Amino acid sequence: MTASTSSVAGVMTGPAGHRGWRARLAAWRVPLSILALCLLPWVLPSQALAVNVLIYGLVAVGYNLLFGYTGLLSFGHAAFFGTGAYVTGIAIGAFGLPWYAAVALGIAGGGLLALVIGLLSIRTRGIYFSMVTLALSQLVYYTALQASSWTGGENGLRGFTVARINLFGWTIDFLDPLKKYYVLMVFAAVALWLVSRILNSPFGAVIEAVRENETRARACGYDVERTKLVSFTLSGLICALAGTLSALHLAIVPLDILHYHTSGMIVMMTLLGGAGSFFGPFVGALAFLLMEDVVSLWTSHWQIVVGTVFILFVLFLPKGIWGTALAWRAGR
Amino acid sequence: MSAPLLAVEDIGRRFGGFVALEGVTAAFEPNKVTAIIGPNGAGKSTFFNVLSGVLAPSSGSIRFKGRDITGTPQHRFVHLGIARSFQITNIFPELSVHENVRVAAQAFRSRYDLWRDRSAMTELDERADAALAAVGLAGRRNETAKFLAHGQQRALEIAIALVADPELLLLDEPTAGMGPEETREMVGLLERLAADRTILLVEHKMKMILGLSDRILVLHHGRLIADGSPQHIQTDPEVRRVYLGQNDGYA
Repeated sequence: MTASTSSVAGVMTGPAGHRGWRARLAAWRVPLSILALCLLPWVLPSQALAVNVLIYGLVAVGYNLLFGYTGLLSFGHAAFFGTGAYVTGIAIGAFGLPWYAAVALGIAGGGLLALVIGLLSIRTRGIYFSMVTLALSQLVYYTALQASSWTGGENGLRGFTVARINLFGWTIDFLDPLKKYYVLMVFAAVALWLVSRILNSPFGAVIEAVRENETRARACGYDVERTKLVSFTLSGLICALAGTLSALHLAIVPLDILHYHTSGMIVMMTLLGGAGSFFGPFVGALAFLLMEDVVSLWTSHWQIVVGTVFILFVLFLPKGIWGTALAWRAGR
Repeated sequence: MSAPLLAVEDIGRRFGGFVALEGVTAAFEPNKVTAIIGPNGAGKSTFFNVLSGVLAPSSGSIRFKGRDITGTPQHRFVHLGIARSFQITNIFPELSVHENVRVAAQAFRSRYDLWRDRSAMTELDERADAALAAVGLAGRRNETAKFLAHGQQRALEIAIALVADPELLLLDEPTAGMGPEETREMVGLLERLAADRTILLVEHKMKMILGLSDRILVLHHGRLIADGSPQHIQTDPEVRRVYLGQNDGYA
């Protein structure tokens, strides 16, 4: 709705007024986003917060591809996030695989699960789609809870600490928080570049068409179900990548990562930042985690405050923080 | 008589116990405008939905260019050469007017390409602009589609169908909800299109149909009760009884 639509319209009309401004912003959105992520550990109160914004922002970016750009409200994205984390942890802890193989397996595992859950859920619509994704992700949660010899059950998965990373004869100390942040950021940067590429591609135009009007898209000759499935799987792959980063970062996978609370949090972050905008999900993750940090200092019921803010946003600023800022800047 | 472009054979469609369409047989020649009329609930929309693949017929068969296409999924129809507009305006509201048509043109070039840059596909832009010019919307290309006037949105929908360069154009009440001025413009557009295209249209405005169509089909309670030239239909006693008589024929 914001970044990509305006980019196409703007590029085609040539720079004129705010369209030109937004086209330039859209053309530079990947380098600008990476620059913002580079600065994050220096401007935020703690590096722990910065790395959380990075990871949850990336999950929300993946979710945004499905929710913001394709128009599908999934309540089960914790499944892909969590599966990415668990597969990475198990690959390192139980099989002793090197970290990069574990990351690749984590992405593949989460993506495969997204393909399966997508196949089962895509034919339903609206609230039914949301409910089917929720139910299937709960199935994954209970599977992880039961398979405790593999996943550690309620205690979470432990014992796969990555202390240093070797790459082309170059060793990076992974216990140094700042170095770790920048290693993880490289993955996020690649993912952002890929998402931007997808949004600019012909397929990016198709998912927007599906979001705007499914019936019309079908009459135009697009296989709507298959388009949704591709989008669902891509979205799951990015969330799975975020999951593997979370596993590398924490050196533990808590069972809660698969809980539907996590799915809800992903939805909230995306909406807070601005669904359908490129950088919005990071802004949403930052706003959410910052609120959690600040409010939980003076009350343990921080969720009441966050929930109220969320409701106010949905009612009065449905474009979210970033989407509203873009619209406001464009309207001047 | 040239070979029919589209032929339907004994088409029927049921919704549970309700028979919406029964035993409809008709063939449509190329480069003709055929109107489908009938009182509300006559089965016109069902017939159109069957012809455009939205609904599969419960019985009977559809042949397009001699090939049986019964049961083909809806999204394949436009690739076969059958494009349609809808009774209720059906566009991409948040996209620009140009992008509405461009994305429709893109369906013939690229549907799952994740890699190329869509703005580099300039021939699609040209095709979209040509279709917009054909319906008189060239000056509105950069506007957001939802801000167009109703009549312009209907014209945009026709541009979306036209950019597919269909051999058969199905128009479901193209002047629905239009005032006299907008209707006149739409009729002018349809007359231009009719010069070299095969068009099937559902309409309520009788005056318009009589001037525009080469042939009229009349549906009543899901059955085809008359099929002939406008002059023939006007004088058919059965048609007058079930349809024209209701309000002097000028609904």
